[in-house]
Amino acid sequence: MTHAAELPGWAALLTALFLLLGAALAFTGSVGLLRFRTFYERVHAPTLGTTLGLGCVLIASMIAFSALQSRPVLHEVLIAICVTVTTPITLMLLTRAALYRDRREGSDYVPTRAPRPNDH
Amino acid sequence: MTAALLTWAIFVAQFLLGLAMACATFRLIRGPRAQDRVLGLDTLYLNAMLLLLTFGIRSGSTLYFEAALVMALLGFVATAALAKFLMRGEVIE
Repeated sequence: MTHAAELPGWAALLTALFLLLGAALAFTGSVGLLRFRTFYERVHAPTLGTTLGLGCVLIASMIAFSALQSRPVLHEVLIAICVTVTTPITLMLLTRAALYRDRREGSDYVPTRAPRPNDH
Repeated sequence: MTAALLTWAIFVAQFLLGLAMACATFRLIRGPRAQDRVLGLDTLYLNAMLLLLTFGIRSGSTLYFEAALVMALLGFVATAALAKFLMRGEVIE
């Protein structure tokens, strides 16, 4: 910790606040991964970390590096865009795969195929 | 005073993210079905990325940021490929 003293007070305070908030949110999401009972409930929990948790940590990083280099450092936006775009895609693919597997097994937990307009 | 606060906050954040990674690893190892394991792996990737960003804030170097960016892309590709594998039985058709 050589550079923490170089940060101005307001920047250190804001960085600490956002960092703690983001880490706590990511931790809450991961605990949800442990405590929910079925896969379809569980798949919701980590999104808390991917949206708000990641956003808070990235804001903390932006504040810290902007204050350290005394210019706006915005390259964290790249990670934010990348993760925000890809998370819904991956989780939807995963849930569709899980639903397909459960239906193939004839599990009682999932409903059967949704009715289509052509069904009689 | 605020520097000590920041040091303390970084330590607590690293501890919390380590615990979150432990939860994800538990789901990765114990998960009753394959989709639970893939979800655990995805969460593990995300938490490791957050931990790398925290290391970056602590050390003040942007090197960790680039590692975190690579990790975000790798996590997407890994989870998408595994989901495709669970759905169809092969990744590239």
